[in-house]
Amino acid sequence: MSEIAARPVAARARWHWLRQLWRLPTGRFGLITVAVVGLVALVSVFWTPYDPISIDVNARWQLPSLAHLLGTDGTGRDILSLIMGGARTTVFVAIGSGIIASVFGIVLAALGSLTPRWARESMAVFIDILIAFPVLLIAMMISSVWGGSLWVVIWSVGIGFGVSIARVTRPELRRVLQSDFIVAARSSGLSNTQVLWRHLLPNIAPVFIVQLSWSMAVAVLAEAGLSYLGYGASPTEPSWGVLLANLQAYIGIHPLAAVWPGLAITITVLGLNLLGDALREATDPTLSRGRDPLHPPRASIRHVPEVIS
Amino acid sequence: MIRYALTRLTLLVVGLFVASALIFFTLRVLPGDVAQLIGGTQASPAQVEAIRLKLGLNEPLLAQYASWMGGVLRGDLGNSMLNNASVSAELLQKAQVTVPLGLMSLTVALLFAIPLGVLSAMQRGRTGGTVISFASQTLAAVPVVWAGMMLILVFAIWLGWFPTTGFPRQGWDDPWAAFRALILPALTIGIIEGAMLLRFVRSASLQAIGQDYVRTAAAKGLTRNQALIRHGLPNVGLSIVTVLGLQIAGLIVGSVIIEQLFTLPGIGRMLVTDVGNRDLIKVQGELLVLTGFILVIGFLVDLFHRVIDPRQRESA
Repeated sequence: MSEIAARPVAARARWHWLRQLWRLPTGRFGLITVAVVGLVALVSVFWTPYDPISIDVNARWQLPSLAHLLGTDGTGRDILSLIMGGARTTVFVAIGSGIIASVFGIVLAALGSLTPRWARESMAVFIDILIAFPVLLIAMMISSVWGGSLWVVIWSVGIGFGVSIARVTRPELRRVLQSDFIVAARSSGLSNTQVLWRHLLPNIAPVFIVQLSWSMAVAVLAEAGLSYLGYGASPTEPSWGVLLANLQAYIGIHPLAAVWPGLAITITVLGLNLLGDALREATDPTLSRGRDPLHPPRASIRHVPEVIS
Repeated sequence: MIRYALTRLTLLVVGLFVASALIFFTLRVLPGDVAQLIGGTQASPAQVEAIRLKLGLNEPLLAQYASWMGGVLRGDLGNSMLNNASVSAELLQKAQVTVPLGLMSLTVALLFAIPLGVLSAMQRGRTGGTVISFASQTLAAVPVVWAGMMLILVFAIWLGWFPTTGFPRQGWDDPWAAFRALILPALTIGIIEGAMLLRFVRSASLQAIGQDYVRTAAAKGLTRNQALIRHGLPNVGLSIVTVLGLQIAGLIVGSVIIEQLFTLPGIGRMLVTDVGNRDLIKVQGELLVLTGFILVIGFLVDLFHRVIDPRQRESA
């Protein structure tokens, strides 16, 4: 009986953070932005106003009009369609690198906290060394061998941010490992993996999700930067970075065209960054709102993306 | 202190070795056949074999690594696969653009982040503070390429104050032209990096405002802002030093992209070109120099932090 009654309460508690998130203006902005970018990416799979790669020589460099809401570029391609297609690329890269960063980060953090002392101490040193490799340099390293592609971006952001995630979650794991319930779980016969999966990961989930949100922001910037350099999306794939590279030469003559892809990147990254900030505020009960000068926000080290692209 | 410095130095040396090994083996193991990669699909088996011999690729991997490291320790990063030019010499020459660019960007970032960050902490909850935080959040999300393009548009094309792109051919022999060519690139990197730094300064200042010593100073008759500036700022400075290590990585990444945008002959542009040419010897040298630089800065930051923060000295 009591278990049935408890269930809705537990469910409500589980989604409580979402309502908390919505209450913060930053969280609301982040959620809406991410939802809109995701939706645009989804729509672009089925429909864009024009074919993003179709060239129309008669419609070169059109200013925004009803036919072309954001105008056209030097080969007459519709910029709105290119931006919509670029959103698809961005979402693909963000999700892909998010998954790799999670797996890589958790594995590194677990190796750095659950293993015997010598192993976890050397792992900590190793993580500190890997931090010195910014995402962009990892990407250049892989590109020099395999050539550039979106997969290179995904892997390098995944690896680069996986290390950052490991660096943040490792102390967190160590802290949770000291708790009584872990000792209890251990003494009742759970293996390391079971403890990690059932007890540790749920407890570090808030810290983790926040990092993930920021890593996706970095992924968006990295995709744009690397595609701009020519080591990300291929010239035929719709990408905000490729679009910027194409429009760069004409910036003096057609400045407006170059505004759109930059705005798209900025808003997406801002949304993900603010979502991360708000997630942290919503999930961390010890974080005060910073209204009272005697109790300012606790965290002094905020996130610094290594890639500014 | 000396003991700490020695431990930290050991860590730095280990770090440099691990980083060099990571770079070397990634570039040797990933491609499968390096000689085929350099030769391209057009190369005949004899040509591929010639490349293999020339680069010593028939030696065991560890021996190749040892010979590369032997050169590195003597300051020789090997020679380009394409034109046989010395990598170290070219890096030194390109550093004449990248190092000043980095220093100028850092100056811009600090000049812009520290006063505004402290100000936004003092104005917290008021319009001014909100505007500054919002602006810095937004700027931190701007891709550096786009920021550069917009600055070129306004200051180079519309106003004509600076050259749009390029670096004077005679380099620093014409100091004013060289400096002028670096202003817009440095502003671009500095503003974007500064926006991130500003958020650190702001939260460090907010933290300082809440400290007992600031409250005590305020109780003795200073205003809260005076107390923050006189007693809080040294502590804000400490946390800035800490994040500076991270900022260096950001500066390097920023300069890779910005040198490409402004066609500046620096290390970043050199790296982009060499990656395109698959000149692995040059790429591994450049990557080693850049990551080594980040590791060394991290080391210096830690030492400096130790020297200027008496609390850390006592706890040692």
